[in-house]
Amino acid sequence: MTVLCLLETEAGGGAIDASVRTLAVARALASSAGEELAAAWFGPAVAVDGEALASAGVARAWAIGSERLAGYAPLAWARALAGLSAGGAGKPGGGGPVSAVVAAATDRGNEVLAHLGAITGLPMAANCVSAARTGPGECRLVRQRWAGSLLEDAVLEAPLALLTVAADAVEVPAGGDAAGRAAGVSIEEYAPELTDGDVAVTAAVSAERRTGISLASARVVVGGGRGVGGPEGFAVLEELAGLLGGVVGVSRVVTSEGWRPHRQQVGQTGTKITPELYLACGISGAIQHMAGCQGAKTIVAINTDAGAPIVAKADYAVIGDLHQVIPALVAALRERRG
Amino acid sequence: MEICVCVKRVPMVGGAIAVTPDGQDVDVTMSGFTVSPHEECAVEEAVQITERLGGTVTVLTLGPPEAADQLRDMLALGAHRGVLLQTDGAEWGPVATAAAIAEVVRNGGYELLLFGNEAADTGGYQVPVRVSHLLGLPCVTGIKRLDFAGGSGGSSPRANTLPVGEDAPERILAGREYRGAEEVFDVALPAVVSVKEGINLPRYPSLPGRLRAKRAVIETIEPAFAADRLRKERLRVPASSGKRAQVLGAGSDAVPALVDLLDELGILS
Repeated sequence: MTVLCLLETEAGGGAIDASVRTLAVARALASSAGEELAAAWFGPAVAVDGEALASAGVARAWAIGSERLAGYAPLAWARALAGLSAGGAGKPGGGGPVSAVVAAATDRGNEVLAHLGAITGLPMAANCVSAARTGPGECRLVRQRWAGSLLEDAVLEAPLALLTVAADAVEVPAGGDAAGRAAGVSIEEYAPELTDGDVAVTAAVSAERRTGISLASARVVVGGGRGVGGPEGFAVLEELAGLLGGVVGVSRVVTSEGWRPHRQQVGQTGTKITPELYLACGISGAIQHMAGCQGAKTIVAINTDAGAPIVAKADYAVIGDLHQVIPALVAALRERRG
Repeated sequence: MEICVCVKRVPMVGGAIAVTPDGQDVDVTMSGFTVSPHEECAVEEAVQITERLGGTVTVLTLGPPEAADQLRDMLALGAHRGVLLQTDGAEWGPVATAAAIAEVVRNGGYELLLFGNEAADTGGYQVPVRVSHLLGLPCVTGIKRLDFAGGSGGSSPRANTLPVGEDAPERILAGREYRGAEEVFDVALPAVVSVKEGINLPRYPSLPGRLRAKRAVIETIEPAFAADRLRKERLRVPASSGKRAQVLGAGSDAVPALVDLLDELGILS
């Protein structure tokens, strides 16, 4: 049997970080039942480095392509994975039957696996943090609810387990497998049979791309909440973020009030961040906000209320008014810089 | 345009979340209820569309009798009609939920079915996609920009009557964020679309809206339950929560300690 992991790829080649983390969860699932780990992606065979795959434990890989695919097409991607899972790649030397399809819980991963669930009539478990096979057609898994504020222990009964992985809650695998790297991995090409209907919904990606540091990948995020008091209060937070080489993120109330654009929102309905430092200023710490910043290595809260939930969830706290603390911090950093 | 928006009643959770002693549910003894934030935006989007193009917004929910409160909340925002797929309060999985919704909307004459991208509580990310398959409609998810194309509905945003025949919009251009850029889907109507918060800023309910919602008749249907093959065993709070922060100090007196900490964390190097 084989656990098949869908990889999303970077424009410049290689699997995206979320897919690399997902591969680690897929590998654990495969080894829980002595199964083989396989990977598949859409694009040319050269888009992912075979050596990197081998060291991640991948034994087989498929690069999926079709003349009909002119871009990301959710239904077509799901049809291709359904074809691969049903033995469509069962050429000479093809892998054993597929027992699970695993993807990162990105917009695309969740969407494609939902389509795959609908096509196959099987259940799909989104935002898993771990999974293990407990019997034929049965997996035990842990998945996030409330974007990670709660965990659910669940049992999935299906001949083909469909899972997405909450990649921000999974460690980046370290090191790699030297033996696997030496063994290498053969990358085959797979051309799915697709209809016009399968590609009727196809994405066109805009040419313009937001430049600068992205909130999702920033090393430092300076967060502002209701305590900032209004749109004009963010100038000093921007200044601090600039000094620390980071960006500003905000809580939901800030975007609901229209003080800042929604794309700056950190939280369950905004962006999930994984910085080295999250400096949360004037943010009470509702669970929906914490769901977005629980991936931060260190959280420092600045809040007037020592009883605010964020103080219980942060690593460090300064009890005080951000309107005094932040300008003083900016001044101290400027002085230090000389 | 005839639009149906599906919403879900979820606990209004603030600073903490707790689980009932049997591990089966979120403890709601201290909380009110709301709809998932993405869905509130879906309703706002639908109301804005019908304000421009005319038509009707139907809000639909599957839940216990009390979920009628959330339908009334959405009627107060400007939706026209509320339909409750009434359950006994047991949690329905995504497969059964999608089947029940598809059954009800199948012959409803809707040109657009709107959903939130995922429910705030269960986060299953699949009901809209499953509904689209059951109805044979195209589907796009995670949408943060929705425009119409074809017919006059797309080119004349101030039209205040329902465009019919050749004038009705035929397609949507639906955009979502993709790694710092926007990916845009050109989709024929009727279609299933799930949206994310940020697509608009939902309005506050007006007083006349509230009064209208209070008097509205909620249509009730009782769908047949089917168990999901993804079985919840128990819910739990992650082990990491519940620590206390180390307090660095009070007010700007804490700044030297804060600078030392940033230095220690390697942020200043």
